[in-house]
Amino acid sequence: MSDLVIETEGLRRTFGKKGDIVEAVAGVDLRVEAGTIFGFLGPNGAGKTTTLRILATLLLPTAGIARVAGRDVARDPEAVRRRIGYVAQSGGTDPRMSGRGELVMQGRLFGLPGPDAHVRAAELLEALDLADAGDRPIETYSGGMRRRLDVGLGMVHRPVVLFLDEPTTGLDPQARARMWDEIRGLRDGGTTVFLTTHYLDEADALCDRLAIIDHGRIVAGGTGPELKRAVAGDVITIGVDSSAELVRQLLAAQPFVREASLVDGVVRLYVADGEASLPLVLRLLDGQGLAPQTLALHRPSLDDVFLRQTGRSLRDAA
Amino acid sequence: MRVFHDTWLVFRRSLGLTVRQPAWLVAGVMQPFVYLLLFGPLLNSLSSMPGFPAGGAFNTFVPGLLVMTALFGSTFVGFGFISEMRSGVIERMRVTPMSRTAAVLGRTLRDVLVFMFQGMVLVVLSIPLGLHIDPAGLVVAFALLALIGLVLGPVSYAMALVIGSEDALAPLTQAIALPLLLLSGIMLPMSFAPEWLRTIASFNPLYHSVLAIRALFNAQFADPNVLSGIGIMVACAVLSIGVASRVFNRATA
Repeated sequence: MSDLVIETEGLRRTFGKKGDIVEAVAGVDLRVEAGTIFGFLGPNGAGKTTTLRILATLLLPTAGIARVAGRDVARDPEAVRRRIGYVAQSGGTDPRMSGRGELVMQGRLFGLPGPDAHVRAAELLEALDLADAGDRPIETYSGGMRRRLDVGLGMVHRPVVLFLDEPTTGLDPQARARMWDEIRGLRDGGTTVFLTTHYLDEADALCDRLAIIDHGRIVAGGTGPELKRAVAGDVITIGVDSSAELVRQLLAAQPFVREASLVDGVVRLYVADGEASLPLVLRLLDGQGLAPQTLALHRPSLDDVFLRQTGRSLRDAA
Repeated sequence: MRVFHDTWLVFRRSLGLTVRQPAWLVAGVMQPFVYLLLFGPLLNSLSSMPGFPAGGAFNTFVPGLLVMTALFGSTFVGFGFISEMRSGVIERMRVTPMSRTAAVLGRTLRDVLVFMFQGMVLVVLSIPLGLHIDPAGLVVAFALLALIGLVLGPVSYAMALVIGSEDALAPLTQAIALPLLLLSGIMLPMSFAPEWLRTIASFNPLYHSVLAIRALFNAQFADPNVLSGIGIMVACAVLSIGVASRVFNRATA
């Protein structure tokens, strides 16, 4: 059993005044083990950022408890701040400053003496491949460079946990792959990384463990493979141009179909054995004179997990 | 002490950013300079009227312009702060152990330095036009200007933090700055004002500053306005920094 670096119980946060209350986080329980990349997956507005901001001491919870690096975020925010790094979705640098200037400032705010802050800044610029750009104003940086600098700012004081809010949103595919490597490197160096994302592939490829959040509640949690296994079996998608509901009803009544749903004109079947079921599906549809336009078999994805739990596709929700 | 350490860091950072845009330094001097050039001569002909303060037109007018420079140099600083909020810098620093008071004080001290520099330019330019100053009085007068910045700057930063948008901050700032300006006897001496207006003005801390600086320029150190002008500003500065610190601490949860 590893140490728990983040632990929450019944975490809630509401916004607004009486009569018009929005519950952004509606009872979240999280357990994040040390040395992992933990992904918080959900559509925009699901409560990811609000939860992250509570954990990073920027917001007080309305109810519930959150402990980060062994300290209570509400009772001892100062101790939490010393142990965490936080990178907001929009970053946090002044475009007129140089990368080095920001890193030194950040180090000094965490109490490093001047010379040490300069050494640490040079170290990070080197590690993040920003050494050549270190003395240029940040407004001349590319999106990927700026994002790497943001991560560097979060790492200046070697935190126990690094919080990254949507670390790759807006990055081109190359910069994105680059960022994934950086994040894995941090994990391998012993830092726990807690990140939010609405990208399925990012959650799948990068995160050791996941929690899926929707409408302020966690709807599923575990490793990627565990989550997908829970969906059980395979998914068959059938595209039909008309009478989609008829097709769904017809197939839902079959014993080999565990569940049939209709999303955007596409019928999704959850079946135990995809290969064996495909011919059966075709024969049934043929018998009714229904010709499918497309027919595909997939192993379940995280989107299927999300779909099973919420009835919506994450691709549409996000 | 953390607060001094961090204040110094914030001060240096924000001064560095200001110096990179010297246009602001020049713009800050322009307005009072235009007043000096185009409005000063009008006062010159008024200065022989009964009720006009001692020392001549420029010794009456320049102290007012200095207070005006301090007023504009510290009531509009919230706008720069909002753009810092938007860039995420403020939030990034909130997740560090940085002293919250230092976030206000460091920036305010930068503002003070900037408008004192502008004020000094103004004084130097006014000497050929007819300003007579006592050097010791000048030093004390500038200390009093610094106090004005320490009163108004924290208020502007705290309002910016709470309001968070330029659209709402602009009219509110105007609504505060304009009466402060008009009721301080900057443009024309308050001795010309009717009784009721003078009574209202006496509640304006800046009015007392203007009176104090006029006395200081004329080397009248024993003038009761000097002590009351400084005393009022010290009290206001303590109050203002205290309130702003509370606002910054609370917003940080």
